[in-house]
Amino acid sequence: MEKILVLTHVDESGAELTRASLEAVAAGVEMAEALSASLAIGVVGAQGASAAQQLGGIKARVLTVSGEEFSCARYASDTAACEALVKAAEATLVFAPASSRFARVMPGVAYRLGGFVETHITALAKSDGLEATRWFYRQRIEAVVKRETRPWFLLLEAGTRAAFVGSGAVPEVETMAVTLPALRTKVIGVRAPKQGEQTIRPDAKILFVAGAGWTKKQADGQVHSAEAETLILGFLKAVDASLGSSKSLVDQSGENQTVLKFMTHMNQIGQTGATPRHPKGLSTCCHGEEPHVVGWRFINERRAISLDPNCGWARGKADVLYVADAFGVMAKVNALLTAGK
Amino acid sequence: MANIFHVVVCASTVPDPLQTLEPVAGASGPGLKNEMMLPAVLDPWAASALYEAANLVAKHPGSKVWLVSLGPKAKVQQVMMTVAQKVPFELVAVDGPLGGFTDAHSTAAALAETIAAIPGLDRERLLLFGGWESASRGAGATMQMVGERLGVTDQFQGVDQIAVNDDGSFEVLERVEGGKHQASLCAGAPAVLGWATGNLAEPRNNPQVGMANMRGVMPALQKAKSVKLDANGLSYVSVSLPKQQRVTRVVRDVPEDEIAREIVQWIAE
Repeated sequence: MEKILVLTHVDESGAELTRASLEAVAAGVEMAEALSASLAIGVVGAQGASAAQQLGGIKARVLTVSGEEFSCARYASDTAACEALVKAAEATLVFAPASSRFARVMPGVAYRLGGFVETHITALAKSDGLEATRWFYRQRIEAVVKRETRPWFLLLEAGTRAAFVGSGAVPEVETMAVTLPALRTKVIGVRAPKQGEQTIRPDAKILFVAGAGWTKKQADGQVHSAEAETLILGFLKAVDASLGSSKSLVDQSGENQTVLKFMTHMNQIGQTGATPRHPKGLSTCCHGEEPHVVGWRFINERRAISLDPNCGWARGKADVLYVADAFGVMAKVNALLTAGK
Repeated sequence: MANIFHVVVCASTVPDPLQTLEPVAGASGPGLKNEMMLPAVLDPWAASALYEAANLVAKHPGSKVWLVSLGPKAKVQQVMMTVAQKVPFELVAVDGPLGGFTDAHSTAAALAETIAAIPGLDRERLLLFGGWESASRGAGATMQMVGERLGVTDQFQGVDQIAVNDDGSFEVLERVEGGKHQASLCAGAPAVLGWATGNLAEPRNNPQVGMANMRGVMPALQKAKSVKLDANGLSYVSVSLPKQQRVTRVVRDVPEDEIAREIVQWIAE
């Protein structure tokens, strides 16, 4: 019989589980039932026992590793915590959210325990045993995989299932003692991008992507980067959108070309950038070629504004392509949004 | 006291992102159609790691960069024609299978064994660089396991910046959720850094650097050790291209006002 352990961690507050952790818990509950497996939940955080209160009504053993050393994400302490939890649960299958915190450590934990790891899992299913779906080649090829070897660690992508909602009696919590190695790394803190206003909003309903065209010469032979900044920031503010960028635009900052001041490599979407999840996406001044569009895999509704009617977006990459000047259209969009408020 | 780093960059070759990829079933598992014929590039995030390594070494005299690349020798040689002109390094080639469908655990084992055998490498000065994910397998798992196998337990992923202090300690910025960075202070080497994009532009080709590098590239390819990568119980139930092909409605010769109204309505839906 399989023994499933779901590893979870707390959010920045230190006392609540992250949404991605609760999604992993939901996956654990579902697959424990499907595979007739036992279920345990492991919690890592400064106040692990407090965070475990969100697991009310769950039929599972709940284990925590708590303490100040686990308040922050650090390889040496997190690997030790996860290693202890997997050993205590004697898990054969380990689910965990593909957060930056656990993506950093889980391959190392798997290695230490003689296990194997698969990452970026978007779906789980029971067939002849457990099968996991993930993407290869930057979201261009999809595969379903399985492993005969155990323990098998699976990092689950956030946003791929509903989160667990606890109700009922809070389970008894067992606290694990962990002996840490000498810690050579000290976490100083979290920093937002230097360029002022935060433009990356993972929970936004719409992703606005700016391409290099915003900083190119326009019909009058001039570059209008200041106007571009005003239009883009105005739109982001009006609809609480998240800002993405093509690689060519963010690379300009390193090549001393005209840049949009708030744009960094963190905004980059595509082959060497992020693959965010948003219900809608609007691309502007961008050609929509394959290396860029692979980052749009998980954007449901896609529209684009481009002056080129034969750009990549027209070839089945977008639902709607507006062949128009993004400067003109976005100015009018912003005016309508402002008037409507 | 001067800070001397021995920087090992793990970097594979991947198909040029502009190429069309089509999965095919092979005798030993899935692969890509005409895989050996596809033009290749150095993995983009690993390339960022290489440029950051060269930048770091240039600031710390006595330091050195090794580029460890696992793949078919012919592919590595093809990619080196371009990459070798960018920054100085010593190539350590490992002749092995190509592609994203190989197992990360076996890849890590082969890389760790190769790195451990590099002559003159001081493990106390080791900074193990690579991309935080590849553009092929994209697991984001290999670097951590290479580090574990080499006994390096200060590890950072999604790195965009390293700043070395006079005492050899360094501050690292790692990407975390919500477009933020986590800042950490590490006591010093050894450490693993899986790079995101970093902050450096791609260096221009430098023929002098190219000539110096190429003197070592061909001998490194000739003495590349061959490895086979076990699947470790990993099997593929299916491998396919996404079927979604959107029917694009192209809107042209329509006034900007009308387009703007349609977009605003769509946003509100």
